[in-house]
Amino acid sequence: MATVDLKDVKKTYAGNVVAVKGVSIAVPDGQLCVLVGPSGCGKSTLLRMIAGLETITDGTVSIDGKVVNTIGPAERDIAMVFQNYALYPHMKVYDNMAYGLRNRGMGKDEIDKRVRETAKILELGALLERRPRELSGGQRQRVAMGRAIVRSPKVFLFDEPLSNLDAKLRGQMRVEIKNLQRTLGVTSVYVTHDQLEAMTLADVLVVMNGGLVEQVGNPLDIYEKPASTFVASFIGAPPMNLLPLTDSANGATLSDGTAVPQAPKGAAILGVRPEDADVAVGAAASAGGLSLPATVEGVEPVGAESFLYCAAGGQKIIVRVSGRSPANPGDTLKVVAKAEKLHWFDTAGKRV
Amino acid sequence: MQAKRTIFPNKFLPYLLLAPQLLITIVFFLWPAGQALWTSFLREDAFGFKSTFVWFENYIQLFEDPAYLNSVWITAVFALAVTLLSMSVSLLMAVSVNSLIRSGKAYTTLLVWPYAVAPAVAGILWWFMFNPSIGILPYMLAGFGINWNHRVDSTDALILVVLAAAWKQISYNFLFFLAGLQSIPHSLIEAAAIDGAGPFKRFRTIVFPLLSPTTFFLLVVNIVYAMFDTFAIIHATTEGGPSGSTTILVYKVYADGQLGLNLGSSAAQSVVLMAIVVVLTVIQFRWIERRVQY
Ligand SMILES: Nc1ncnc2c1ncn2[C@@H]1O[C@H](COP(=O)(O)OP(=O)(O)OP(=O)(O)O)[C@@H](O)[C@H]1O
Ligand SMILES: [Mg+2]
Repeated sequence: MATVDLKDVKKTYAGNVVAVKGVSIAVPDGQLCVLVGPSGCGKSTLLRMIAGLETITDGTVSIDGKVVNTIGPAERDIAMVFQNYALYPHMKVYDNMAYGLRNRGMGKDEIDKRVRETAKILELGALLERRPRELSGGQRQRVAMGRAIVRSPKVFLFDEPLSNLDAKLRGQMRVEIKNLQRTLGVTSVYVTHDQLEAMTLADVLVVMNGGLVEQVGNPLDIYEKPASTFVASFIGAPPMNLLPLTDSANGATLSDGTAVPQAPKGAAILGVRPEDADVAVGAAASAGGLSLPATVEGVEPVGAESFLYCAAGGQKIIVRVSGRSPANPGDTLKVVAKAEKLHWFDTAGKRV
Repeated sequence: MQAKRTIFPNKFLPYLLLAPQLLITIVFFLWPAGQALWTSFLREDAFGFKSTFVWFENYIQLFEDPAYLNSVWITAVFALAVTLLSMSVSLLMAVSVNSLIRSGKAYTTLLVWPYAVAPAVAGILWWFMFNPSIGILPYMLAGFGINWNHRVDSTDALILVVLAAAWKQISYNFLFFLAGLQSIPHSLIEAAAIDGAGPFKRFRTIVFPLLSPTTFFLLVVNIVYAMFDTFAIIHATTEGGPSGSTTILVYKVYADGQLGLNLGSSAAQSVVLMAIVVVLTVIQFRWIERRVQY
């Protein structure tokens, strides 16, 4: 059991590529921390610095309260699951799992016991004598997990472990990883660029952008109170509607001149999540709420829900309604949202 | 795998297209090979006027000749030494270059140089360096109290040809080893490092096993090279001497046939060599088909 603490960690690659520009994160004991962000934002780099596969340019990484900056990956007592699984192709599944234990000089019987126990947990028992190339993608993924678990390390590190699986399997494995991590109670850092994975897995969610942390917190808190327009549009699918506001003589207005009297001081962008917006015909807005005249431009029924693409306030707004769509393309109606569901951001994109 | 069958509109076109290839094979390979086979059953008299058909007499004599058996032994030692030396040196180089591959471009180019040097030139180069009277190396070795003279000492001579032959093969092996190393995903090495394996253990348990197809391929290529492709080097350095101590089988064919004019024996030797090539080729194809297992 351990905590992972990053203090102002920076990484500059050869050729002055600054990948991580100063990141501080504290992962409490036994929790799963998810790093999420767009491609190239430095997630993998950060993870690899925790693993000891990349040198740390500045700042400190501590595991269990001990600074590990100068300690090699083997001595950090971590296990990593790679995106391509990195299974040893010339070894059987059994030996893939036993390799790390043998290198640490563990006795034969103890190794056998541990490997078989782990195989049982992951339902790999029947595959122990196979080589990686004789396994399906999902099975390889399990072996990679097994290789990490069997060592019972202080920390698990995952670098997009599910991105090579098909959608259905990805959903299954996501649940499984979460359950395993809970039962084993091993502190974990998990990198992904999939916001759904991030939301469902994280105890602590870290949203990164351009080598910096945009927001850290509980996933639902982040969803409800995104700290910036970047987080607002990255977390949640489809992304939050962001409508720019302009200051005029009679207060804030949308680009077509519609007044938005509820805008607080300094607000330059209005945000509404598609699932928080609704459409209404002729009804008045609730007190302080939003009510914009709109035209439906398109409807996408997905079955359980429908997406309405509307033009309102000179902008495009996506509205998500459950079940069948109440309107057809060409209809005019109102896009409404409750006051407490409105998000306001300043010119720099920070939450007001 | 099923071979794909292409249908030609004209029945003769495929044969026509194959003709140049076949012609070259027949003129430069099958015909001389057949001649060698035929000659190996003949014996000429001392003046070359008359030849008689003697069945396997040449072969029997060959394998009873201590000089020939000695040459077989020398060839084995030579081929093994050249293969081991050039492969281990080039593997070492490839591993070091691979670890700093970004700056590796320059090394790679430099290390190909020996391969570009024609074998005879390489041989002369080594001959100069080791020349007992004017070479730099005997001079330096003398400083250590080692008396180098490959013209008299047969061990020295063998060392010289092994060095010269191995040196030439290093760059070829190096390129293959480097390509092999490059094709091993870096994440495997990283995973092994996390799994607690130090650099040597990683090499022994991960890198080397994954390199085994390359290693096996090079093993065969190097043996074939040492046995058949080192004629020019030996000719330029020791000419098979002193007293036949560097006369490998290929050189003996030349020495007995061209210099000794014993054509029957020389032909029999060629046929034996041909058989060895065929066996090596079959081994290689068998293995490539089955692939080294992992
Ligand atoms: N070895 C390297 N040398 C130089 N620059 C690198 C190196 N590795 C990564 N980078 C750069 O550092 C930045 C961050 O890379 P990183 O791999 O951490 O991104 P990521 O967030 O994991 O992206 P992805 O989701 O695509 O995996 C990128 O701009 C990348 O080009
Ligand atoms: Mg990455």
